[in-house]
Amino acid sequence: MTQPLALRSQAETLAAPLPALLAEAEHLASAVLLGDHGRRRAGVGDTFWQYRPAQPHDEARTIDWRRSARSDSNFVQDKEWQIAQSIILWVDQAASMSFASDNHPTKAERARTLALAMAILLIRGGERVGLTGLRLPPRRGEAQLMQMAQLLSENDEIDYGAPEAQGMLPHSRALFVSDFLGDLQPVEDALLRAADRDVRGTLLQVLDPQEEAFPFDGRTIFQSMTGAIEHETLKAGDLKQRYLDRLAQRKDRLAHLARTTGWQFSTHHTGESATNALLWLYGAMERHA
Amino acid sequence: MWSIGPIGFAAPWLLLGLIALPILWILLRAVPPAPIRRRFPGVALLLGLTDDETQSDRTPWWLLLLRLLAVAAVIIGFAGPVLNPQQARDGEGDLVIVLDGSWAGARTWAAKINRVETLLTEAAVANRRVAIVNLTDLPNEDLPFAAPTDWQNRLPNLAPKPWQPANPQAYFSGQSGSFETYWISDGLDYDGRDDLLTTLETFGPVTAFQSPRQTIGLRPARFEDGQVLVSATRTPVGNLTETTITALGLDPAGVERQLANVPLTFEPGEADAETAMVLPPELRNRITRFEISGARSAGAVSLTDDALKRREVALIAGRDDREGLELLSQLYYLREALEPTADIIDGALEDILLANPDVIILADVAILTDIEAQDVEECVNNGGMLLRFAGPRLAGSDLGRAEEDPLLPVRLRSGGRSVGGAMSWGEPKALAPFSETSPFFGLPVPDDVTVSSQVMAQPDPTLAERVIAQLADGTPLVTRKAMGEGQVVLVHVTANAEWSTLPLSGLFVQMLERLAVSTRPATPDLAELEGTTWLPNRILDAYGRLEDGTDLPGVDGAVLAEGVPGPALLPGRYSGEDRQLAINVIGNDTMLNVAQWPARITVEGMAVTRETALKGWLLSAALLLMLIDVIASLAVGGRLRGPRADVAATMALALILLGQNAQAQELTGDDFALRATTEVVLGHVLTGDQQTDDIAAAGLTGISQTLFRRTSIEPAAPLGVNLETDELAFFPFLYWPITADQPLPSRVAYGKLNRYLRSGGMIMFDTRDADTARFGSGSPEGRMLQSIARSLDIPPLEPIPSDHVLTRTFYLLQDFPGRYASRDVWVEAAPADAEQIEGMPFRNLNDGVTPVIIGGNDWARAWAVNQSGQRMFPVGRGMAGERQREIALRFGVNVIMHVLTGNYKSDQVHVPDLLDRLGQ
Repeated sequence: MTQPLALRSQAETLAAPLPALLAEAEHLASAVLLGDHGRRRAGVGDTFWQYRPAQPHDEARTIDWRRSARSDSNFVQDKEWQIAQSIILWVDQAASMSFASDNHPTKAERARTLALAMAILLIRGGERVGLTGLRLPPRRGEAQLMQMAQLLSENDEIDYGAPEAQGMLPHSRALFVSDFLGDLQPVEDALLRAADRDVRGTLLQVLDPQEEAFPFDGRTIFQSMTGAIEHETLKAGDLKQRYLDRLAQRKDRLAHLARTTGWQFSTHHTGESATNALLWLYGAMERHA
Repeated sequence: MWSIGPIGFAAPWLLLGLIALPILWILLRAVPPAPIRRRFPGVALLLGLTDDETQSDRTPWWLLLLRLLAVAAVIIGFAGPVLNPQQARDGEGDLVIVLDGSWAGARTWAAKINRVETLLTEAAVANRRVAIVNLTDLPNEDLPFAAPTDWQNRLPNLAPKPWQPANPQAYFSGQSGSFETYWISDGLDYDGRDDLLTTLETFGPVTAFQSPRQTIGLRPARFEDGQVLVSATRTPVGNLTETTITALGLDPAGVERQLANVPLTFEPGEADAETAMVLPPELRNRITRFEISGARSAGAVSLTDDALKRREVALIAGRDDREGLELLSQLYYLREALEPTADIIDGALEDILLANPDVIILADVAILTDIEAQDVEECVNNGGMLLRFAGPRLAGSDLGRAEEDPLLPVRLRSGGRSVGGAMSWGEPKALAPFSETSPFFGLPVPDDVTVSSQVMAQPDPTLAERVIAQLADGTPLVTRKAMGEGQVVLVHVTANAEWSTLPLSGLFVQMLERLAVSTRPATPDLAELEGTTWLPNRILDAYGRLEDGTDLPGVDGAVLAEGVPGPALLPGRYSGEDRQLAINVIGNDTMLNVAQWPARITVEGMAVTRETALKGWLLSAALLLMLIDVIASLAVGGRLRGPRADVAATMALALILLGQNAQAQELTGDDFALRATTEVVLGHVLTGDQQTDDIAAAGLTGISQTLFRRTSIEPAAPLGVNLETDELAFFPFLYWPITADQPLPSRVAYGKLNRYLRSGGMIMFDTRDADTARFGSGSPEGRMLQSIARSLDIPPLEPIPSDHVLTRTFYLLQDFPGRYASRDVWVEAAPADAEQIEGMPFRNLNDGVTPVIIGGNDWARAWAVNQSGQRMFPVGRGMAGERQREIALRFGVNVIMHVLTGNYKSDQVHVPDLLDRLGQ
């Protein structure tokens, strides 16, 4: 079990080099909550943006008298248009994620680190981050991170996890991190439900290099991480190609699903650098900005 | 013990277990390899996939075979297999072990003694009394029966003798009782062996031990047609055999050397082989013995005596004004007589004298210039011989008339005389028999030798003793006088047939032989030797080694004439009055025959076949097979791939490397060259003595570190240099510790060393014995250094002079200590013309880095550091010792600086600085 504090510090390390992420706020108008981040145009917000000559439709109380006094015309102080986006994270905490080969970190570790790093970036950027389900509604602030780290460190006893579509605010963003090796139906349901609510998001598949390579041979009994599922083969080497085909099919299906629902999909291997994955996530979050 | 072939089993019933192998085969075959349980999240994707084929649920046949072999090895191993199981020799009663003990067995003497030891052990078990008799060294009394353990202590005293047993049957026929005989044969037949066998069989059973080794005997070399012919015989006659004959002799410095090598090839089926050596006379006369290389036996050594020596004879005739009449030439008969047995030198007298001939023959030469006469006189005084023949010119000259000429033995009367001619009275005179004091004594005087003219000797008080041959009427024919170490002989007739018929007769040749002008026949006959006593000079032992024999009593000539070596006549070189005789083990007509045994005698091999227990080997093999099985099983079970592949690979690698020699890691070829050349690397010559080499390496490491710290020379780790295989040119400096027992470099290695020395390399020879020995003294290391350096191109040496550049290349030094502080450190001598300029602190010696530094101060030990950089050996005592070590290090720095910078510091431009530092 990952210690929450350690997880937090790892995530901080990972997030440190990246600039604060400006979450996409496509449907800002209907988002009700205002956040810190200006849109670099005039709008509703707290921070000063610019002075502009008063127009006839401006109310008199909006005139900035101090500025107007320095010239002949009246000026109105515009505020920067500020919004805050809600981002819901789902990190697979099932047993399958605890697999690791060689000296690589477990998939769960990598997934949590990436998710929390994203959360840190987003919170630094002023967004509100929460977890799916009703475990941790989107909030901002360091305290939220602590809580999130706590919750992310828990493990599930089931073999394969399924995302919860509950608690997703309409028009918010979502990030699902999992190995997606279990049944895909719940994922599909969740994505369709999210699409219904106009939630855009990102699917990140975290896989171990061994799961990608299937370097096995000889008589083998494969077991799921809890031992609930078993499969015996006499010549594991013969299965390799068919296994890889199935894996590719699965990725295809996920990618297809993502395309139809307007999500982003990528696969990350624990053998690679976590920063790559974070950069990709960063980019995916920014894509429509 | 139950056995199959040469392998016996201690517990043969265990072999029944082998029957179980087929059952094991069936069992193992039915059981598939155990599955691996593997946690794998991707299992969800595998569900529903079935295997295409089902063969691999059976163990593959080769794995089965491997396992069966392993099991079989274990079963056989525990059955206690023994290679060459010893059959206990049973027997009772007294035991006599008879050893041939001749030179033929010297080569395998150790094996024989081993065999005897085994027999003794067996006899000790059987509680038998044993007597050991060496047939070449028979005991004086009865058979020396003793307990086997006593004999075991006395075994080292048994030694082979350089002769064959002589009449051993006589000794045994005087014995009584009954005993069993073990006869350890040398494999050669000799006289009386059959009789001895018959005699021994009357006492009890006889068992023979004989190994079928080939014995090669070297016959005495002989001289024929300008070549030295060396022949050898062998038995049993076998296939093509090639050996090398080495001729050894003293070099001008008096050191024994190999003078020539010649291959000798026995054709298949031929018992004898012969080869010729063509050698310059100078070299040939130096040969003292021939050896078959590598054969340790007296039979493989043939000493030479005067028979091989050919005297160099200079023939000079007076001016010949008659052309083309060869038979009338003064030298014709001399040449004919001497040509087969001596080397004849022609030419002008002054040229001839340079060749230092043994004999100068002046045929009818009357006038010699003063210088020539002086030279000839000196030559004779130094042991040469001047043989003069008379003739018309001598008779017509005034030589030796009034007073005795130094180069004539007698005074001559003028004119000479003529008898029996057309114009004279009387008959030609015949020769008188030779007197006992004459060297010609014993030679038959043929009737047909007559003298018609001669020069006459002036009657003198000394004349009588100088005459060694005279005519029937008492007039001298040959006179002789001693002069210095040589002698002057005058034959009063001509060397051609003009004055006498002597040159036409056989007597002429014999007389020349007796005068030692020509070489005498190889073996003198009995008549000649009778009554003489010969002193042993060098004695040959059975192993073919020469020993000093000067403390042995003289041998009667009659014994010598027989020429059969035995206890009374040890083989070796004997010196008589004026000549040397060699007694060799193998004579000209010695035939070697294999000892044949009748069918009733059991003949066993000589080799003691040691019992070799194979259990360990077999169990190791089983273990190895099981290890292979582990890896193979992993491979079959798919465990060699996947997560644990690295472990398995390591195991496999370890298995492969298991038997690899650590030597394989030695640098070879390009690696060596790269390591030696990418940085400055000091080298030390590998002596073959591990400890010395390690110390040399540690010493060079120490001096390298010092150089690194103190100077701009930054050497890499030192390298050991194998003179035979490694290139020397990479090293600016070689440190060569001398050990007393290191092998001499080969010819190729010497070539490399000399190239290295000439091309500016430096070798520092360290005899490491300065605490006990001085330079050039006879310590073992010193002698080894001398023999190593003999073939090296080393210039004249001198102790390091105080103004040598070595004293100031980096530090200013006047002492060159290592672990010892001897001042005996030698370098190349300064040129003789180097002189000191007034006011200069050192001579102007601008050329040449000394190619060698020779000393014994054990510098490596003073410099040596261990792995952790600490000094390995103490130097001296307390602070003074540390000071000495510091100076030793400074000397090392100076040496390397000298090697690398040459004579830079010798340049006069440094004089002011040096003067400044010297405080002058």
